[in-house]
Amino acid sequence: MKFNDLLKESLSSLKSNKLRTGLTMLGIIIGVASVISMISLGEGSKVSIQQSIESLGSNNLIVFPGIVQPGRGFVASGRGSAEVLKIKDVEEIKKIENVSAVSPEVQRRFQIVSDIGNNINSTVLGIAPEFFQVRNIQIAEGDQITNENIRSFSKVAVLGSNVAKDLFGDIDPLGRKIRINNLSFRVIGVMQPKGSAGFVSYDDFILVPYTVMQKQLAGTEYFNSITVKVDSKENIEKVREEIEIRLTELHKVTEPDFSIFSQEDILTTLTSVINTFTIFLSFIAGISLIVGGIGIMNMMLTSVTERTREIGLRKAIGAKNKNILNQILLESVFITLIGGAVGIILGSCITIFVGKITNITIIISYKAILISILVSTSIGIIFGYYPAKKAANLDPIEALRYE
Amino acid sequence: MIELKNITKIYKTGEVETIALKNVNLKINKGEFVAIMGPSGSGKSTLMHIIGLLDRPTSGEYFLEGVNVNKLDDDDLAKLRNKKIGFVFQAFYLLPRKNVLENVILPTIYSGLNSKLRIEKAKEALKASAFPENFIYHYPNQLSGGMMQRVAIARALVNDPEIILADEPTGNLDTKTGEIIMHTLQKLNFEKGITIVLITHEEYIAQHAEKIIKIRDGEIIAEEEVKNRKILYHNNEI
Repeated sequence: MKFNDLLKESLSSLKSNKLRTGLTMLGIIIGVASVISMISLGEGSKVSIQQSIESLGSNNLIVFPGIVQPGRGFVASGRGSAEVLKIKDVEEIKKIENVSAVSPEVQRRFQIVSDIGNNINSTVLGIAPEFFQVRNIQIAEGDQITNENIRSFSKVAVLGSNVAKDLFGDIDPLGRKIRINNLSFRVIGVMQPKGSAGFVSYDDFILVPYTVMQKQLAGTEYFNSITVKVDSKENIEKVREEIEIRLTELHKVTEPDFSIFSQEDILTTLTSVINTFTIFLSFIAGISLIVGGIGIMNMMLTSVTERTREIGLRKAIGAKNKNILNQILLESVFITLIGGAVGIILGSCITIFVGKITNITIIISYKAILISILVSTSIGIIFGYYPAKKAANLDPIEALRYE
Repeated sequence: MIELKNITKIYKTGEVETIALKNVNLKINKGEFVAIMGPSGSGKSTLMHIIGLLDRPTSGEYFLEGVNVNKLDDDDLAKLRNKKIGFVFQAFYLLPRKNVLENVILPTIYSGLNSKLRIEKAKEALKASAFPENFIYHYPNQLSGGMMQRVAIARALVNDPEIILADEPTGNLDTKTGEIIMHTLQKLNFEKGITIVLITHEEYIAQHAEKIIKIRDGEIIAEEEVKNRKILYHNNEI
């Protein structure tokens, strides 16, 4: 029997019951579409997080006070509770070879009032001038915070783009006054909008000189973190070890009382969270694919029973067992192939639509498409095999007599 | 052509054994028109299934054109059914979603004939079974019983078989239509020399054959030439 004929026979029996074929196909369509959209959204969020974290400056190491418990990861570290990082740590790190810049940060939340009366609660970040270089932040208008500002305890502030909008609306904030915790600051600059990077967005921050922050706002001599820019990727590990040795010595402790993360660590943590979600959601979507497969098996069994006499006749006029087997198998593979194709299109449409309304980066994953095609075709073969085998093994005489 | 030696067929349903055929010996020569006659339950259908290679005997040997078919596997049997044997059933067994031409083409699909030749052969077979040409694109449910049986005969003919096995071919038809079918079978027998094995329980139908083999309780009880054979087809017909 020629393949061409096999295809025609299979198609003609599928066409003879369009509604049933369509409904069965729907099961596969939904399954494939959900797998595709889940994987695509997962891949998309991974990429967008990667991009935004890299946009915060590359080759960075971040030193946090306190020790991260093994296995608890970056997100659950409860940083800031311990107080060990001081300006002398910053000076010490600056001495290390291959370090190109060091940016200490101290942050608190404060009530902020603008001179036009707008009132917000926001995060104020005490920084050194290196912050802009290390965190890769541009000033949209006005000036950066300078070393002179640091030394002379200038009460100057640089606003995040969202904060500027909240405090001043459409008015140009440059040169205007804001009150942070009842201290008056002059606005000298506004940051360029940057968007969210993982869990933080500098668009919502206010930057002030760290000296002012420590002495006059927070009343502390400690930092929440020190970000270290390394001159090249290859030196990151070397610098990390050197920081660890030097700071441990400086703090006169035997074990480090601080933790050092690289951007890669943060990225790995976030990616692993997303991966877990993606796998979990795809797994659920995969279940619907299996349910679709069971639907195919159900339909094929019904259809084989209905066609018992036809199968008997085909055998009587010379169809071999494998001809019958192939025909039934091809029918179910055909359902899954067409269903898979429609599912891929539908899944991609859903993904693009979700991407449009939520602004999440989307990536139609070719891996997901390939996997879907393979999985749905195998489902066609696996769930079609039993009905096909049953049909092929029918005794022609009994099949012909079947009422 | 067809030679059965000590064929026995026993059906087992649980513990119960039913003997359908008992030591049947039978010889049908090429070009013969033989009727196998017997009441229902006599084993004539079982005999036909064995001759038609749809079933295997429990014991005994069956030679088809000198080949012992007991030794062939299922695929070989399917091939032989496809090439050498044409079936005509009481219930026609036409596929409802295929039109007349497609129904007749069906056996050629399994013999791997190319599509151009198929249509040619199918049209030829329909002509030989006296099926009206302007109905070949109709569907079975648009046809009368007599016409459906002629489609079935055409389907049996399409691969140029050596034998036609007709199982109660007139059972679902009225006498007049039945006679037309018998006429066609006689014509095929005379003109093409096709061996015809007719299974029937009606004496009247059996008398269209050259020879009647009577079977009862699984045994052949008589084998006789038909004395006043009903001949519907004459050589001088056009």
